Amino acid sequence: MSATAATPDDLSHSDHAHEHPKQSFLWKYIFSTDHKIIGLQYGITSLLFLLVGFFLMMVMRWSIAFPGKPLPLIGTIIGDNWAPGGVVSPDLYNMFGAMHGTIMVFLGVVPLGFAAFGNYVVPLQIGAVDMAFPKLNAWSFWLFLIGGVMMLASFFMPTGSAQVGWTNYSPLATTVQYLDVKNIFFTGQTQWLLSMIFIISSSLLGAVNFVTTILNVRCRGMTWMRMPFFVWAMLVTGFLLLLAFPPLEVAAILQLFDRVFGSSFFLPTGLVEGGRHLDIAGGGSPLLYQHLFWFLGHPEVYVLILPAISIVAEIIPCHVRRPLWGHKTMIYAVLVLGFLSFIVWAHHMYLTGMGTVVSTFFQITTVLISVPSVILLTCLMITLWGGSIRFNSAMLFACAFLPMFGIGGLTGLPLAFNMIDLYLHDTYYVIGHFHYVVAPGSLFALFAGIYHWYPKMAGRFMNETLGRIHFWPSLVFMNLLFGPMMIQGMAGFHRRWYDGGMAFEETTKSFLWMNELMSFAAWGLALAQIPFIFNVFYSIKHGKKVTSDNPWQATTMEWDTPTPPGHGNFLHEPVAYRQPYEYSVTGAEEDYQPQFLPDGAKPEDKLTHAGH
Amino acid sequence: MSIHHTLAIFSINKFLGLPELASEHGEMVDHMLELLHWFMLALFVGWSAFLVVVFTKFRKERQPKADYHGVRGHATTHIELGVVIVEVILLLGFAFPLWAERADDLPTGADVLKMRAVGEKFVWNFQYPGLDGALGGMHMKNIDVATRNVIGRDMKDPNGKDDFVKGGTMTIPLNRPVIVEVTSKDVIHNLCLTPMRMAQDATPGIRSHFWFKPTKTGKWDIICGQLCGPGHSGMKATLDVVEQKEFDDFMKENGEEARRAAAAPAPAPAK
Repeated sequence: MSATAATPDDLSHSDHAHEHPKQSFLWKYIFSTDHKIIGLQYGITSLLFLLVGFFLMMVMRWSIAFPGKPLPLIGTIIGDNWAPGGVVSPDLYNMFGAMHGTIMVFLGVVPLGFAAFGNYVVPLQIGAVDMAFPKLNAWSFWLFLIGGVMMLASFFMPTGSAQVGWTNYSPLATTVQYLDVKNIFFTGQTQWLLSMIFIISSSLLGAVNFVTTILNVRCRGMTWMRMPFFVWAMLVTGFLLLLAFPPLEVAAILQLFDRVFGSSFFLPTGLVEGGRHLDIAGGGSPLLYQHLFWFLGHPEVYVLILPAISIVAEIIPCHVRRPLWGHKTMIYAVLVLGFLSFIVWAHHMYLTGMGTVVSTFFQITTVLISVPSVILLTCLMITLWGGSIRFNSAMLFACAFLPMFGIGGLTGLPLAFNMIDLYLHDTYYVIGHFHYVVAPGSLFALFAGIYHWYPKMAGRFMNETLGRIHFWPSLVFMNLLFGPMMIQGMAGFHRRWYDGGMAFEETTKSFLWMNELMSFAAWGLALAQIPFIFNVFYSIKHGKKVTSDNPWQATTMEWDTPTPPGHGNFLHEPVAYRQPYEYSVTGAEEDYQPQFLPDGAKPEDKLTHAGH
Repeated sequence: MSIHHTLAIFSINKFLGLPELASEHGEMVDHMLELLHWFMLALFVGWSAFLVVVFTKFRKERQPKADYHGVRGHATTHIELGVVIVEVILLLGFAFPLWAERADDLPTGADVLKMRAVGEKFVWNFQYPGLDGALGGMHMKNIDVATRNVIGRDMKDPNGKDDFVKGGTMTIPLNRPVIVEVTSKDVIHNLCLTPMRMAQDATPGIRSHFWFKPTKTGKWDIICGQLCGPGHSGMKATLDVVEQKEFDDFMKENGEEARRAAAAPAPAPAK
């Protein structure tokens, strides 16, 4: 089917294309309602936030490795208020710690995985013209940006930014920056709550949009089981955000009331601050906040992981040239995983003291959730067997994801058990565990996604050599950074120590030396990202040009669009004719049978351009 | 000889730097941790071996044409079942009994020491029951710095007449069960006793309990395990497990002094 032929289902000359007059740059690229532009906006913004979060961590790693020593250059820039004589103060460390977590989770990884890739790829993969609610989509991005900017602006408040961890537990979150401030509104803690309200609202709009889009705007022939795994995972992720985020929004609003209007939702009777009783009604419970937080907090973990796993599930079949092993099994597994993720939250709260019944329930559900997780990982690994693997940059990152995410998952197992968790909770073991899940896990998958879909977005490949220079050092440094955390954690190193454990020398002396190793690994990791950043910009103009709309010879619908896809996406009405991963079908001439080609049609390499 | 030493010539716990153990139930915790890490290692080595084979055998150069069907058979189902079985054993055999013992089977009897730990920025206060072995009541409402009631003891409670509060050091006797009531007066802290393999959040407004039985004398760090403000990383106390005799002297001396102080007229609040 040629795109230039005026077939009845040719949309390039339909009314749709002519409804839009030539748009100005501002409306086309800034206030766009096109899902691809919004996806790119989300992508660029979240990558920038990832850089900011990484920078905060590098400063923290200095303080951990060299406590009390002046931080070169940056210490001076930060100024005597927070870094007297260039030395990172505990307050500054706590601010950067809280903001590192907040930015990485809420403004970095989730928007990159869910909002950026989801926005760009989902409508293309289901053969849709756009998201179901394009304007809502734009609103989602702008609310997100407002929340993000407010979050960054909070660094410049007189009190500095929020400083009590990304979990923002009451009562500390309520009573810090409280008694001795001029204006409670202009404090980092209050701003954190306000910007979280924007960010959560943004992600609710996004979630509604994704769920509706996937349920309602699939193209002809795109039946449930023909949906790529990526779309399924996005559907589940959408539901997670939709159902789990509202309790946190409520928690944020209630905490805001406690801070600003003197209510006591999370504050108990008789609470003392600065040697005196606080002038509050009391009667509230700090535990309520924790329940509300972790009711989001745990599904949120899967919001970080599911886009990553499903990106890998798209990349592996394409670059090993065989179908995803157990596509159906994986779909059922991800549905079970999504459901279970709602009933495991209290395993973050074993330390609060729990009765036998409650702890038994949460231990069972937590152990149960490892079953679908292992199924997903196993299916991805088995897919490789019998393949013909092309080790390009996308595939390197996707392959490294498997064992790295494996380490992250395995080290979660001890933490599922109550008595062991009592020992390991809030130690570096936990930090190592979830960083393995999110950094060489999720982030590697997201990098893989960028290398994989870049040709569709830019019409050019990213540079392969730079990709390798990005990959290998990243892999080594990630492990040097997060591996020792397991050892330190077992030895009793706790998180959120600005001095890296100097004060507890009795406990920490044997493994204190690792702090420096890990810090240098962190800074090395930063250097390893330079080739990537350069590559992204360089390849826009100088990358190797694609010679086909389907440069990887892939099978899913997004490769049926012009390069890059224009407004309205497809040049003809897209139809899904078969399963999404029909690679190397026995007896077929070509080693791929795209979803979008009818039986008997031969896939051809052609490069088309969008109409406008 | 402890169980896990006989189980494994190479101990993962030791390799990972698990510190000295000094409590009775901790033996089982460490044993479970050791088993878990062996299980994790087995899975990881299995996965890695699989990946190494796949990455060499199925490269494009050696395998130009992929196989549509790939793995046949039920190996994966069996692996999955194996994982489930091990997890069930860990739950039923270790996790549930261990926790039930901690949460439900609180020790009773004359040799049980009941005490209270109250966290505040950035120190730990420990309340001891004195000579009568019974702890007096406490509520944050009673806190009054002027009369030096730093943790909010109920001064009218007869059980509390010989109670005394010590900051910084938690002194406990060897080989006797200790029940600690943990709470806080300002923000959430966490009383983390690394060598006892116990930790408990100190949440203001909530009284939580944990219990353990120390099996070694010695001094260790008490760590605050929950971010509590800028002084968090220096919120340190000392856990001091002493012989029974030494503990008796400690209780007698301080309990009698407390009793004398309670009998004397209350000090006028310093204005």
